Amino acid sequence: MITASHLSRAFGKVRAVDDVSLRVEAGEIYGLVGPDGAGKTTFIRLLCNALRADAGEATIAGFSAARQPELARAQIGYLSQRFSLYEELTVLENLRFFAEVRGLPAREWRPRCMDILKFVGLDAFSGRRARELSGGMKQKLGLAAALVHRPRIILLDEPTTGVDPLTRQDFWQLIIRLVSEEGVAVLVSTPYMDEASRCARIGFLHRGKLLTEGAPSQLRAMLQGRVVELAGQPLRELRRVAGQDAGIENVQMFGDRLHLRVMPGKADEVIARLAQQTAGAAFQVSRLRAVPPQLEDVFIALSGDADGALKIPGGIDRPDTGAHP
Amino acid sequence: MSAVIRAENLTRRFGNFTAVDDVSFEVQPGEVVGYLGPNGSGKTTTIRMLLGLLRPSAGHAEVLGYDVVRDPERLRRQCGYMSQKFALYDELTVRENLAFYAGVYGANQPRRLGEVLEWVGLVGREGQRAAALSSGWRQRLALAIALVHRPRLLFLDEPTTGVDPAARRASWDLIYALAGDGVTVLVTTHYMDEAEYCGRVGIMRGGRLLAMDAPSALKTQTLPGRAWDVFAAPLLHSLAVLEHAPGVVRAGLSGDHLRAITAPGHDGETLRSALHAAGVTVQSVEVVEPSLEDVFLTLAG
Repeated sequence: MITASHLSRAFGKVRAVDDVSLRVEAGEIYGLVGPDGAGKTTFIRLLCNALRADAGEATIAGFSAARQPELARAQIGYLSQRFSLYEELTVLENLRFFAEVRGLPAREWRPRCMDILKFVGLDAFSGRRARELSGGMKQKLGLAAALVHRPRIILLDEPTTGVDPLTRQDFWQLIIRLVSEEGVAVLVSTPYMDEASRCARIGFLHRGKLLTEGAPSQLRAMLQGRVVELAGQPLRELRRVAGQDAGIENVQMFGDRLHLRVMPGKADEVIARLAQQTAGAAFQVSRLRAVPPQLEDVFIALSGDADGALKIPGGIDRPDTGAHP
Repeated sequence: MSAVIRAENLTRRFGNFTAVDDVSFEVQPGEVVGYLGPNGSGKTTTIRMLLGLLRPSAGHAEVLGYDVVRDPERLRRQCGYMSQKFALYDELTVRENLAFYAGVYGANQPRRLGEVLEWVGLVGREGQRAAALSSGWRQRLALAIALVHRPRLLFLDEPTTGVDPAARRASWDLIYALAGDGVTVLVTTHYMDEAEYCGRVGIMRGGRLLAMDAPSALKTQTLPGRAWDVFAAPLLHSLAVLEHAPGVVRAGLSGDHLRAITAPGHDGETLRSALHAAGVTVQSVEVVEPSLEDVFLTLAG
């Protein structure tokens, strides 16, 4: 439903999106993750044809984003973190406005708007002014506005930034329902790994390039056997000890534990060594074990924090995948 | 050492509405404690009481040894506060913003300003106007301002919202360094990713503090039973079945599969047989380590 082939866009000397190719199928949620400035928003704007590509092509439900922009755009529902509503208009009036902009016939807008308000759970609030809505309700209205013309493709640019966790949960349940029931294709960018883990596939963008993509389980498998959890007291001392171990590439501190990224094949060796070094009375170690890698571990490794490069698995044909130029 | 925060039966009512309901907890020096909860759950009201900005309707709190009702000014002088909505002067430069707030606190010494700017990585950007900063840099500047007067207690309101994991990690390394020097940190957040960085996490809902413990302890001890990944088709029908199945505490959609929490004494067989009875094709049912989100949604959902 969404295809990008060799899509590129530069701003001056900055290659914001650099030769990116990907596909999102009907009924699929594709998550775009990557550091700030990696090109996520630019990529989404290229798909909407809000920006023109320097090279490459994007198609939306078979229509070229650049050459058939009207037809392509009619298939897209778009929601960003900065969507605008008319504060003085009611919920229904706002939705009617978006329905008219999207060309819904006069006969159709009211039943469609009521359907969509019911779907997002705002049907009881259709007469309320937008400015009197809570943040979560505004976001649901934003989603309703993006869906009013029955798009087959939904583009979400960090849709839940600053939204509370129960509202986020509701939001995602709605998105997954649309995907399961109506087979829409969803592309969502997010800085949050707990959100990325809900996607069927994730693409990791870095300095404009798509470094790798795969199901969350495939991405986690890249670090399989290489993440060791160390918990105990005093944590800061444990961090110092781990930082000096030659078999450990990277130490990530969490609130009550450390995640240690070890060199390939070195987990047992590192665990044995740390067990010995922390056996004294100065330490109380509560957990020291290999754990399943989390997406956050993979993200940090892919971002190329230090020398802990990840081997990018095959599948994406890209000779210059260096995460740290 | 005595507690930095001691809240006892803290309660705040607005008319008939109880915003904070009988909340008690303690925070020790150098701890980093997170506060997780939906909007309106009472997080901000709690913090306003702890800062002596709002009088408790009942209960009482001591912060840094000061009673929040009797000694609010003295306690606030030793607290730093950073929020998403922190007011920076867009027309002033980074350094001017910092110097302005340092002056308000009586801490406007060039050496201190330089030190704080270095901590947050703003060296080289001192002359940029605040208006020209990206949101990530604005957050760093707000953090610098919260730190400039050497507070012993820091309140951070969603310090890394909208920030990617690598940048978030940089901010948290600084927070850990401060905690290592004995600064106590209280963080409110909407994000599980961020809560994972806290030494202990409190979960609030409807004004009540439902649990407060280390993230690992919340995951292993707070859930009534175990967490499962269920792959079955059709997905939505499976969800409807599990939502009403006996022995299932919670079920939700998670991308291309379902996440379910079972009650004590139930296991994967409970899930399989409920789904089979409804004619659903089950691909797999696997026990998984519960996430902080599982805990949060089960407690607060």
